[in-house]
Amino acid sequence: MPNVAISAKGLSKWFGEGEAKTVALRDVNLEAMFGEMVYIIGPSGSGKTTLLSVLSGILKPNSGTVSVEGVDIWKLDADKLAEFRLNKIGFVFQDFHLFPRLNTGENVAIPLILRKKDWNESIQEAAKYLDIVGLKGRADLPPVKLSGGEQQRVAIARAMIGQPDILIMDEPTASLDGDTGQSIVRFVKEKILNSSRCIVVVTHDDRINEFASRILKMEDGRLTGIEGRAA
Amino acid sequence: MKGILKLAYKLLVNDRAKFTALLVGITFAVFLMMFVTSMFIGVLNHSSSTVINIGASIWVMDPAVQTISNSIGMPDYVLDAVRSMQGVKYAVPLYSGGALVKLPDGTYQSVTVLGLDDNSLFGRPQLIQGKIEDIYAENGFIVVDDSEFSKLENPHIGSEFELNDNRGVVVGIAKVSTAGLFGIPTLYTTYERAIQYIPNPRYTISYVLVEPKALSDIQQIKQQVSALGYLAVTKQEFMQRTTKFYVFETGVGTNILIMTVISFIVGLSISAQTFYTFILENLERFGALKAIGTKSSELVGMILFQAGFTALTGYGLGVGLCTLLIWLAKARLPSYAAMLTYTNLLLAFGMVLVITAISSYVGIRRVLQIEPFDIFRG
Repeated sequence: MPNVAISAKGLSKWFGEGEAKTVALRDVNLEAMFGEMVYIIGPSGSGKTTLLSVLSGILKPNSGTVSVEGVDIWKLDADKLAEFRLNKIGFVFQDFHLFPRLNTGENVAIPLILRKKDWNESIQEAAKYLDIVGLKGRADLPPVKLSGGEQQRVAIARAMIGQPDILIMDEPTASLDGDTGQSIVRFVKEKILNSSRCIVVVTHDDRINEFASRILKMEDGRLTGIEGRAA
Repeated sequence: MKGILKLAYKLLVNDRAKFTALLVGITFAVFLMMFVTSMFIGVLNHSSSTVINIGASIWVMDPAVQTISNSIGMPDYVLDAVRSMQGVKYAVPLYSGGALVKLPDGTYQSVTVLGLDDNSLFGRPQLIQGKIEDIYAENGFIVVDDSEFSKLENPHIGSEFELNDNRGVVVGIAKVSTAGLFGIPTLYTTYERAIQYIPNPRYTISYVLVEPKALSDIQQIKQQVSALGYLAVTKQEFMQRTTKFYVFETGVGTNILIMTVISFIVGLSISAQTFYTFILENLERFGALKAIGTKSSELVGMILFQAGFTALTGYGLGVGLCTLLIWLAKARLPSYAAMLTYTNLLLAFGMVLVITAISSYVGIRRVLQIEPFDIFRG
């Protein structure tokens, strides 16, 4: 496995045309390595979420390339790209986006079910991952019965159940209080991050900076600074 | 795909309020469509009751006749001419007409009198009491025991009534496969007695009933009858002719069509709107699924499954409800004019498919439009 997990070169992205044109990314270049937990920080509207979406194969850039594990993802067709995301990338969304009509175990099992794994086996596997994130015995509960921190853990378990090489976390502490947010990110760093996995986090929350391997600062669609930290 | 469909199933049925609203919408629409069309088919069937009960293969009549109850008398030579035609095995006259009978308590009741050929009694009903040969007895009549039976004061063998100052005696009680439409009791007697007792115009033969030697002879019999200036139709064609009359020349067809369209629109609007709301409420989750790696074709499959499952369940419930109601109605009123046939089952199913297609289309369009990027943007 190459050491570079994600490599982006010359990324540009804009929305609208003419006077309504808004440039979200301007010639962004970055690399994220396996074993790293990379933060992307910056003010609102600086282009963090756009960059995260482009890196994870969700939003196509106007120019530039994104290579994940050596695969130029924007050369894949829509179905192949969806399959690539399903197999290689785990997502933790800001608002968790758990299904309220499914129980916790079923929510976690979704990526395996999408990979066409047997339903019961997927649910059993989900129970193991709930155990890993400290929610043993909660598989039958609906997500609404869980606290915000617990729901975030469910979202992490869902992202991890497919054992992706890349984990994308969008504002993972935005819906949580300070202590819970810190404990979640600590948990991710200690239990999820390893030498064959790369985690990219978009955050506003500087209270969790201590857990980052590197912090990339964005402003006005550009990467304006890189702050290195011990992994 | 099996796991994905189970996921779609759980997302659908676990949202009990919406699922119930969807089912109620489709069930109600199917019920209305089925009920209205089954009433219509029942009415049409009953309107051809005499054609069904008599059971002749070919009916010869005046070309102006549109339904069996509006017969126009034909001269006797028509019967003789038909009997001499090629391909005819036998031909007999039938009298069909209305009359008033005076009951023992002095009240009058309208009746339909069917006069059967004296020699063959062709078209006679199945007797449940009495003997068929008693129809030849003096003043002998057979009464049909259907839902109108009580209007003749529940007669029994030996009961008497007056018909145009002629004495009539009940000599048999019969049952028929299909009751009449107009709520009038039916009496059977011989042709000769019918034309003797009931005041008639110059020509007395209402219909000539024909049995062909072979099915292949039907066409040439029709041609020969046509050359005579009269019309020969098969049993099925006569029923279709009656149906056509009621559908196109009375308001019944239009009203049934309007009712069916209204029930379709009601079902469609309830189902499509509820399904669209269901999709809207789950839009972000569908977006999340898309971001995680669900293909568009799989999302379409999920929505089609949800819409299809709801439609089929609603269809089953609607058909069941309609069947139950008709069964209950028939238990109370044996001649209740409603019939479930493959035609109205298929019609309702077709309409449910249209409702499903429109509801799914709306949902699929919305889900395919959502960009996973919107999920990140929140």
